[in-house]
Amino acid sequence: MTVYFLCIVLLTMGLYCLVAKKNIVKKVLGIVIMDYAVNLYLIIVGYKSGGVAPIIEPDMPAATLERFVDPLPQAMVLTSIVIGLGVLSLMVAMCIRLYEKHGTFDMSVISKLRG
Amino acid sequence: MIVGSIVAIETRNLLSAVISVAAVGFALSVAFLFLGAPDIAITQLVVEVLVLIILIRGTILLDNTAVESHRDTLAVVTSLIFFGLVLGFGAMIFGGRGFPEFGEPVMRVSRVYVHTGLPATHCANIVTSVILDFRAYDTMGEATVLFTSILGALALLRRDGKKKEGEVVAA
Repeated sequence: MTVYFLCIVLLTMGLYCLVAKKNIVKKVLGIVIMDYAVNLYLIIVGYKSGGVAPIIEPDMPAATLERFVDPLPQAMVLTSIVIGLGVLSLMVAMCIRLYEKHGTFDMSVISKLRG
Repeated sequence: MIVGSIVAIETRNLLSAVISVAAVGFALSVAFLFLGAPDIAITQLVVEVLVLIILIRGTILLDNTAVESHRDTLAVVTSLIFFGLVLGFGAMIFGGRGFPEFGEPVMRVSRVYVHTGLPATHCANIVTSVILDFRAYDTMGEATVLFTSILGALALLRRDGKKKEGEVVAA
């Protein structure tokens, strides 16, 4: 239970960074931290105590099959990590363009501009 | 990890914030290794290096770091309310019944994967067989999302845009 709680704390810190900070790069970092928290949470849900990695070896007793951790969240998280990288690169590209146009990373300055 | 992310959020210098986020990511990779997920740990490591490179490219050339002069009280209050709401709902969900305890996953679907993975796909690594055989359509969708986001980043970052019909070049 404590482990889930720590995951939620990490997620909430990312959310705080996303909402309260004015610097765009800080907002991006908040999204990255939330990404980490969700991935860690999914892996923790699939963990089995005393579990081993789900890789079958040549001469392995059949009882070891029952000790595998859950492979399904691992596959999903593998997908999610790579997608997170793509989305991050898109966000950083937007940040660089905004900086080149406005000359600042400050969100409150950028949102005041019109036209 | 939590200490690292606190440093990342609160420090003024953008470069050190980026590096602390990278430290959080490497700690996450080690945690995955302990949680029985070596595939995820390897992927996280590689992706973390790329994240570091991309973020440093975004920050180091634009050294306008001293941005935050005054704090927006509305934003702080809103985020505190969010904090309370998320923690409350989390306690409600995890306190209730029906959620698996730590260390005892449900494994209703993945029991089939674990038992039929080797005969059905001849792949020793169950995670790989789930990604590439049982749920290959998901992986194709992931490739689509990745391609689209990279396409967007390239379109945003290219130097010379396409001119409209009949537009006169200003320079």
